[in-house]
Amino acid sequence: MLSRTADHLFWMNRYTERAENTARLLDVNYQTSLLPQSDAVALSGWQGLLSISELMFSYKEKHGEINARKVMDFMVKDESNPSSILSCLTAARENARAVRGALTTEVWETLNQTWLEVKRKVKDREFEDDPAQFFDWVKFRSHLSRGVTVGTMLMDEALHFMRLGTFLERADNTARLVDVKFHAVESDFYGTVNVKDQEYDFYHWSAILRSVSGFEVYRKVYRDVIKPERVAELLILRPDMPRSLHSSLNEVVSNLKMVANDQSTETQRRAGKLRSELEYGRIDEILATGLHAYLTQFLDRVNDLGAHISRDFLIPTPV
Amino acid sequence: MQKFDEMYTQLPYEFFTHGAQIRDHYKIYDEWLARQPGDMMAKRREEAEMIFRRVGITFAVYGDKDEDGAGTERLIPFDLIPRIVPANEWRTLEAGLAQRVNALNRFLHDIYHEQEILKAGLIPREQIEKNAQFRPQMMGVDVPNQVYSQISGIDMVRAPDAQGKGEYYVLEDNLRVPSGVSYMLEDRKMMMRLFPDLFSMHRVAPIAHYPDLLLETLRESSPATTAEPTVVVLTPGMYNSAYFEHAFLAQQMGVELVEGQDLFCKDNFCYMRTTRGPQRVDVIYRRVDDDFLDPTVFRPKSTLGCAGLLDVYKAGHVSICNGVGTGVADDKSIYPYVPKMIEFYLGEKPILNNVPTYMCRNKDDLGYVLANMKDLVVKEVHGAGGYGMLVGPAATKAEVEDFKKAVAANPSGYIAQPTLSLSSCPTFVESGIAPRHIDLRPYVLSGKTVQMVPGGLTRVALKEGSLVVNSSQGGGTKDTWILEDDRSAAARAAQSQSQTQTSVDTSAT
Repeated sequence: MLSRTADHLFWMNRYTERAENTARLLDVNYQTSLLPQSDAVALSGWQGLLSISELMFSYKEKHGEINARKVMDFMVKDESNPSSILSCLTAARENARAVRGALTTEVWETLNQTWLEVKRKVKDREFEDDPAQFFDWVKFRSHLSRGVTVGTMLMDEALHFMRLGTFLERADNTARLVDVKFHAVESDFYGTVNVKDQEYDFYHWSAILRSVSGFEVYRKVYRDVIKPERVAELLILRPDMPRSLHSSLNEVVSNLKMVANDQSTETQRRAGKLRSELEYGRIDEILATGLHAYLTQFLDRVNDLGAHISRDFLIPTPV
Repeated sequence: MQKFDEMYTQLPYEFFTHGAQIRDHYKIYDEWLARQPGDMMAKRREEAEMIFRRVGITFAVYGDKDEDGAGTERLIPFDLIPRIVPANEWRTLEAGLAQRVNALNRFLHDIYHEQEILKAGLIPREQIEKNAQFRPQMMGVDVPNQVYSQISGIDMVRAPDAQGKGEYYVLEDNLRVPSGVSYMLEDRKMMMRLFPDLFSMHRVAPIAHYPDLLLETLRESSPATTAEPTVVVLTPGMYNSAYFEHAFLAQQMGVELVEGQDLFCKDNFCYMRTTRGPQRVDVIYRRVDDDFLDPTVFRPKSTLGCAGLLDVYKAGHVSICNGVGTGVADDKSIYPYVPKMIEFYLGEKPILNNVPTYMCRNKDDLGYVLANMKDLVVKEVHGAGGYGMLVGPAATKAEVEDFKKAVAANPSGYIAQPTLSLSSCPTFVESGIAPRHIDLRPYVLSGKTVQMVPGGLTRVALKEGSLVVNSSQGGGTKDTWILEDDRSAAARAAQSQSQTQTSVDTSAT
């Protein structure tokens, strides 16, 4: 397969996954903001959202003060923000268009249709009228493109590069989500005395779980009240939780193996090592060394994997 | 002026005389149309647009912006009313097209080798050698099958003769990178989806096997050294106006769609960069003009091609389709000589008509053109896509005067032709169903043999009275139906039967 084609496929799926995760995050923040809470708490949610995506600076430069409506606009439909849902869906479609011959008609039409509709929804102010419905729509379109991909694509290199993009992006996004949400309550991580705060905690943790469709999963797996360290364990270490870091890395490793070439040995070793650490890691050890520090180095390593994949497969080798 | 319509025997068509004024091959269609409810066409058109947009069948217009300024993707206007051609007319066209393309390929081989036709004095030497499309680099270069133009788009029009009957003329040969075949295929798909009942009432010759024929032609054109040639489609990229078609054809043939940056030349072979290292390329179906193919030979700043490609081509290690230098044969200044080429190379009488053409480089012709410009169509010799031409009867006085100056200043840069009254075909426009002018571009494939699918792309000038059918100038497209009769159906059946037979034979040996 052409290196350039693989590059487009890889990024096409990264952007699709990113749009979905941004919608998940915004949805949870929006739902939480409807609960009774102090201004400061409400604000911290939106702040966290911007810092998760490393967009605090460009947001402030453009809008100054943090305000729920403006943050949502910025993250949904601002074309100058490369991480906005609109930008991601556009980028996914542009990448698809560049290699539409490598896709099945159904995959291409799904991405093209998503792009056509998101443009219309933004123009018709559908998102302002009903944000929750809009976020559901984004998630739904992402489910659809994932389904049409595994349901129609030949299981060859093209599919493996697409899946590689999906899971590398997901590992990144989940890690950021966990990082910022735990960071927000760092001060009273264990045992809050105040009843009101405990209540807040419940909503806080359940919101995180919901953002990764993990609320019911948590109940099923732990059959217990929601405890932060278990939330962390579920999202980081559980191999059977589809949006966890461990599960994402499993997919990265297996797809990488399918496309391996002469120069990718080191990349495979690094991916395998990262996966093994998740496989044999324990949540108490991670928390003892500091969750933030742990996730920071994890994100660095995911980033490094991305750079290696790019170098081994996607950037044309010089003559 | 005499008029000829494909469907009605006279215009304006009067609805109450229903049936009497309909040409035979349109009778079933006309009866069907009369039975449809009034809003059917509008509904179907809406449906078609929705599907085209979702499928992303678009083209880009140079220097244009969408309402929201976001991009330049437009849908090609597609008309719901088919252009129908009876089998006997197509038989003549098919024979004439094969003859013409054969002669043009013989001419190209001759021009880049012995130049017999120049020695015989049939075409003035300077008209070839001073032609900007003549590539001296190609002198003495041998290409597979001695074929230069593997894919030829021959633009045909129909106009009334003295008796008011329709007569086909070749308006232009396109031997560089003719486009539009994807619209031909998609228009058919759309028509079958929108009007399945019409297809059960007519015997419409199928065309969906075009990509197979194209792949076969390209594989037949590969350098002799490879048994299993790797074919690629070379595109300038996704912002090119015909990108959809490039991607479409690559996908339909199951070959890679490459850009210049994906290719490199090393040790006199051409390779593409893949995730598993370099892979050799044998046949390049290029959708990039000569000028951009190789920066070391042509435009040095172009990044659309690949450095060193021409050397690999000349060494016979890669095939470029269409070949380099075909432009010298489809130039408007060479067009008037095509009937002579047919006689010279094939010893046959031309089957298809040329439009009478005045070459302004000749003094007599120039005088006539300047004196009668308001009745003529004047074309720049190197113009394409409907740019750089003047339609005398439709032009203002000032426009005519401006063109006269331009022609007088550079006579050899122009030709002129009488304004043909292009045939019309009923078309569904804003005001309802009305006649609009059309042309026809069949796609002729030349590998070891000449092949084509029945019909081609019918383009229609959507503006009332307009004669310009180019999509960049507000033209649309129509599905083209060649109606089979018993003879053509039998011929097709025989062909597919003999193909099965051959494959049985090969498997037995």
